[in-house]
Amino acid sequence: MKRLSWFNVTSLTFGFAFLYLPMVILVIYSFNSSKLVTVWAGFSTRWYGELLQNDQMLDAAWVTIRVALASATLATILGTLAAYVLVRSGRFLGRTLFGGMIYAPLVMPEVITGLSLFLLFKPIFNQLGIHTIILAHATFSMCYASVVVSSRLVSFDRSLEEAALDLGATPFEAFRLVTLPIIAPAVISAWLLSFTLSLDDLVIASFTTGPGATTLPMKIWSAVRLGVSPEINALSTIMIGIVTIGVITASLASKRAAVRRAGEERAAVRT
Amino acid sequence: MRRLVVIAIPYLWLIALFLIPFVIVLKIALSDTALAIPPYMPQFDISAGWQGIRDFFSQLDFENFVFLTTDDLYWKAYLSSVQIAAISTFCTLLIGFPIAYGMARAPEEWRPTLMMLVILPFWTSFLIRVYAWVGILSNEGVLNQFLMALGLIDSPLQILNTPTAVYIGITYTYLPFMILPIYAALERLDGALLEAAEDLGCSRLTAFWLITVPLARNGIIAGCFLVFIPAVGEFVIPSLLGGSRTLMIGKVLWEEFFSNRDWPVASAVAVILLLILVIPIALFQRNEQKQREAEE
Repeated sequence: MKRLSWFNVTSLTFGFAFLYLPMVILVIYSFNSSKLVTVWAGFSTRWYGELLQNDQMLDAAWVTIRVALASATLATILGTLAAYVLVRSGRFLGRTLFGGMIYAPLVMPEVITGLSLFLLFKPIFNQLGIHTIILAHATFSMCYASVVVSSRLVSFDRSLEEAALDLGATPFEAFRLVTLPIIAPAVISAWLLSFTLSLDDLVIASFTTGPGATTLPMKIWSAVRLGVSPEINALSTIMIGIVTIGVITASLASKRAAVRRAGEERAAVRT
Repeated sequence: MRRLVVIAIPYLWLIALFLIPFVIVLKIALSDTALAIPPYMPQFDISAGWQGIRDFFSQLDFENFVFLTTDDLYWKAYLSSVQIAAISTFCTLLIGFPIAYGMARAPEEWRPTLMMLVILPFWTSFLIRVYAWVGILSNEGVLNQFLMALGLIDSPLQILNTPTAVYIGITYTYLPFMILPIYAALERLDGALLEAAEDLGCSRLTAFWLITVPLARNGIIAGCFLVFIPAVGEFVIPSLLGGSRTLMIGKVLWEEFFSNRDWPVASAVAVILLLILVIPIALFQRNEQKQREAEE
């Protein structure tokens, strides 16, 4: 086994300290009993209690979750189709344009996307609101989803699909019974990514929202613009906790699935 | 036929919700501000037939763009956005490369865990990660308290509400975007090449410059674009950390839209921002396309 040089150990230690210390500090101060975030006045869970009684915050959280569920599902379906087209459809008229429209939103500044979607939606819909945020989020998330799914499709053995077709499956059956189960892990991570992108978004949602549809990031934004607030620290801690548990569970589950698959493959080879 | 449907659905969706909105932005950038609903003119009136279309086009003009050149605020904001984004991209590379390098050199069984540690912050709310720095960098913040407790400084350093805070914020939030493509490139690097170079008398540093860096080039380029392009139009970070004196174009656009309710000027700002970014975006796509073809 290779040993890590002192240089690599130092760069990893400092790098991860830089990535994680700010969040650790945020979490610590969420348990501070003082209203002043800079003065430590003893341990307390007071801010968590106040957060749970803040109806506006809870409403916003509910709106955000609904938007994220709907837009992630739409984005995953569209993104999987788009990935399939990118990887499998060979040359067709306007392929370059299509590829461009998949990659450009990944780096497009959010203010431009937000403004342009607002100007599109405004004359079409009577009122902007949850539905327009869902459409906007689905559009930019589908590009991330298609990148995730296409990376899996590229490394996928095409002869499996061809075998299914030779054995009499229709193209749709071949997709549903062969391709989809194999790319399923990528489709799931595409959905999770789209879901978090939607939960996270402040700028695009602010442009495409209407009366009555305030998402959690907008609520957080209006609170933190005035400076640090312990209630937001408590909310952040809850969100960081959920994400950490979710990511660790997902990675353990995928590890276990990989081990099981390897075992099955070995068993199949032996028989 | 079925193939056509599969292509058409995502294609038409992107045309309707990505391409057409840009055309509308351009159109409104060429319109005039009006005290009406919607607050710009001319309106496109299809019922007036050919004459209506001609009238419509004859009323479009570049007035908003001329306006942008007359006010110092706009070109200064553009300039400082590009400058702030470039400095931050450089800092991100400086911090991100050693981390990616360390990850790629780490024992194989550690790598999935290290990878997860890099991705984890990316799953956490962007807004919260920026907000975390407000409490650290402010005058009574954790960093200043720490430095004063150590006796390194006597009075608090003013970091929050300066460009430095914006550099820190961008570097921090965009770091995973820099690490991941570089790590992907370095992981594929064949260790035998470095050994061969050393056997042939190269010092480690020369081998690093002549072999590691060129082979990681695509990853470095991709990482820099992924940080630089969105950073130019960043809104949240300069607003939370930069204070009122830090000019960035994303903030200007936001204020034109939400505070001044001036859609035509906001659109003109967006069009110019897009023109500035069109070259880096095209280069980024060519880089991605090339890598994709190399993989296939």
